Amino acid sequence: MAQHDPTPIQERILSVLVENRSGVLSHVVGLFSARGFNIDSLAVGETEDATISRITLVSHGDARTIEQIKKQLNKLIDVIKVQDLTEEEFIDRELMLVKLRNQPAVRKSVDELARQFSLSIVDDGPKIFTLVCTETRENRKKLFEALRQLGIVEIAQTGAVALSKKTKD
Amino acid sequence: MAKMTGAKAVVEAFSREGVEYVFGLPGGACLPLFDALYDAKFKVILVRHEQGAVHMAEGYARSTGRPGVVIATSGPGATNTVTGIADAYMDSIPLVIITGQVRSYLIGNDAFQEADVTGITRPITKHNYLVKDAKDLPRVIKEAFYLATHGRPGPVLIDLPSDVSLQEVDFTYPDTVSIRGFKPTVEGHPGQIKKAAKMIMDAKKPVIYTGGGVIISGAARELIELVEKTGAPCTNTLMGLGGVPGTHPLFLGMLGMHGTVYANKAVNFCDTLIAIGARFDDRVTGDLSKFCPYAKIVHIDVDPSAIAKNVKVDVPIVGDVKQVLQELNKQVGKLDIADWWSEIKGWMAESPLRFKDDPEVVRPQYAIQRLCEILGSDAIVSTDVGQHQMWAAQYYKLSGPNQFLTSGGLGTMGYGFPAAIGAQFAFPDRTTVCITGDGSFQMNIQEMATAVYNKLPVKIAVINNNFLGMVRQWQEMFYNHRYSSSEMGGNPDFVALAKAYGAEGVRVTRKSEVDEAIRFAQSIKDRPCLIDFMVVEEENVFPMIPSGKSLEQLIDMA
Repeated sequence: MAQHDPTPIQERILSVLVENRSGVLSHVVGLFSARGFNIDSLAVGETEDATISRITLVSHGDARTIEQIKKQLNKLIDVIKVQDLTEEEFIDRELMLVKLRNQPAVRKSVDELARQFSLSIVDDGPKIFTLVCTETRENRKKLFEALRQLGIVEIAQTGAVALSKKTKD
Repeated sequence: MAKMTGAKAVVEAFSREGVEYVFGLPGGACLPLFDALYDAKFKVILVRHEQGAVHMAEGYARSTGRPGVVIATSGPGATNTVTGIADAYMDSIPLVIITGQVRSYLIGNDAFQEADVTGITRPITKHNYLVKDAKDLPRVIKEAFYLATHGRPGPVLIDLPSDVSLQEVDFTYPDTVSIRGFKPTVEGHPGQIKKAAKMIMDAKKPVIYTGGGVIISGAARELIELVEKTGAPCTNTLMGLGGVPGTHPLFLGMLGMHGTVYANKAVNFCDTLIAIGARFDDRVTGDLSKFCPYAKIVHIDVDPSAIAKNVKVDVPIVGDVKQVLQELNKQVGKLDIADWWSEIKGWMAESPLRFKDDPEVVRPQYAIQRLCEILGSDAIVSTDVGQHQMWAAQYYKLSGPNQFLTSGGLGTMGYGFPAAIGAQFAFPDRTTVCITGDGSFQMNIQEMATAVYNKLPVKIAVINNNFLGMVRQWQEMFYNHRYSSSEMGGNPDFVALAKAYGAEGVRVTRKSEVDEAIRFAQSIKDRPCLIDFMVVEEENVFPMIPSGKSLEQLIDMA
């Protein structure tokens, strides 16, 4: 059988080191749209080496698609290294700012959630208060669902940033 | 360290890279560059349309194996190069393209003749650069030539604002490049090569299937050694033609949609497929779920992303085809596959490649067969895209690599004629023939002026059926004979047109005139000669596996 067998869809966190130059991000993002790959989230920032940026990219697809994503990323000249964090132990965090209505019931629920999740109140107005939450991708999703029950007024979320637990080689 | 302008730095860098020809057309944003080119030691060829320049550079690159170079101006000049660049990207042709850009401080202001060229060409270049400081130019040009020619080759574009080409720069040309994101694997993994050798030696029904990668890496000799050492049958893709001589006894012809019946049957029933520098394109595989159902697959390619992209591979080998084959050839020997060959010989006898010959009218296949027999199997042959391209692939038997110049991946009508011009520049004394159609030829017919002005003896064989022939064939077969916009009403008198440009031309309407016309074209040495073959209009290309279908649906000539 020459054809690939279908495999289940999986989520992957990729850590991509790229040249810190203008136009590089458009190369990476353009690759995803041109080849029909998915980007669930994307976060970019300079690294300890100012000439290199790290793109943390969350994507999903079947095994063949994930393999192609990694190979095609590697093919870009400005991409220095592609690391599939899902294949190793890693630390990840996402940041979320959430505005909620300042009502006693809401405040009470938030206090309860604060025991399970890493969150704090960063702005407290008479009608609206604002939470900041820094959590793993998994927990952030759970918290998001819980907060949705309380009625989110406005929300801003970053994508995941992540690092391997391994010592840098 | 010499002080010079950015434009002069480009010319100096080109000289260091051994550039022989630059194909291009000037305009406002690249006037400084063309001013510097006025003193260049290499030749600058003025084209009539920038798409022509890119295809000429492709023809030069494919026939020589060296990178082709193009210069165009900003905006429309640059956008005119886009089709050619996409073509080179799909077929892995090494090119360096420099486009002029508006002055750097005007970028983004919708300036006159401004286009976001690095943005437009991002998905169709191997890499591109926007140079904002002339001091980067020597490094960028060095990198561009390196990237274009190493690993899987491809086009690299440099967008150069006109003010940057006027900036003064201390010119030091780097000896080496260091690109941390580009480290292609050249040597194949020894363990994988060993596994592949064992799989080949265990095969009862092997097929060697090779593509453009064999030509690009200059591995035709190694391929022939593998074929002859093992005695295994070999088939080529369209891009791989010339990898083994067209008349080689172990060669099965082309495979795929218009491949031979026996090549397709061999691939279908083989137990071991050795894919070399090929990418399992849909024109080769058809319905993937039915492609090559019984085989274990070895896949050798320099591009890791080409491996396991379309099919599951048992032994992948990433590396330069030439180097991998040199190692592999040490570990293989004669295979005991007489039964397999007698099966294949049976298919060959049952369904040979054939056409209905005719005593009177000109069959396109006959015209191409005679071109091959008279002009010779060592000619450089370019084609356009469509029926004539497939007939050329089937009936023009080539003796070696770098002789067949055709648009494989993108399927660009208008490719053939400028590509032939580019090859003829590279090899002024070799017979160069462009086999084209009445539709395709008109897509870059303006380059007649370039060919005539440069006294190039390119032969142009127009397979004139007064149709967009392949479109017509599909409409006949799959759209109930509804010839929607495929009949070429308004075709010019191609012979008169050739003569108007200062070229030669001759028309062929009967079979008996074919040889004389080809011999006449052969005798013209100082200008192009066009042969207008007025062929049977509604001839079809067979065999044919309809798009997305499998061997079971193969249609052969009645």
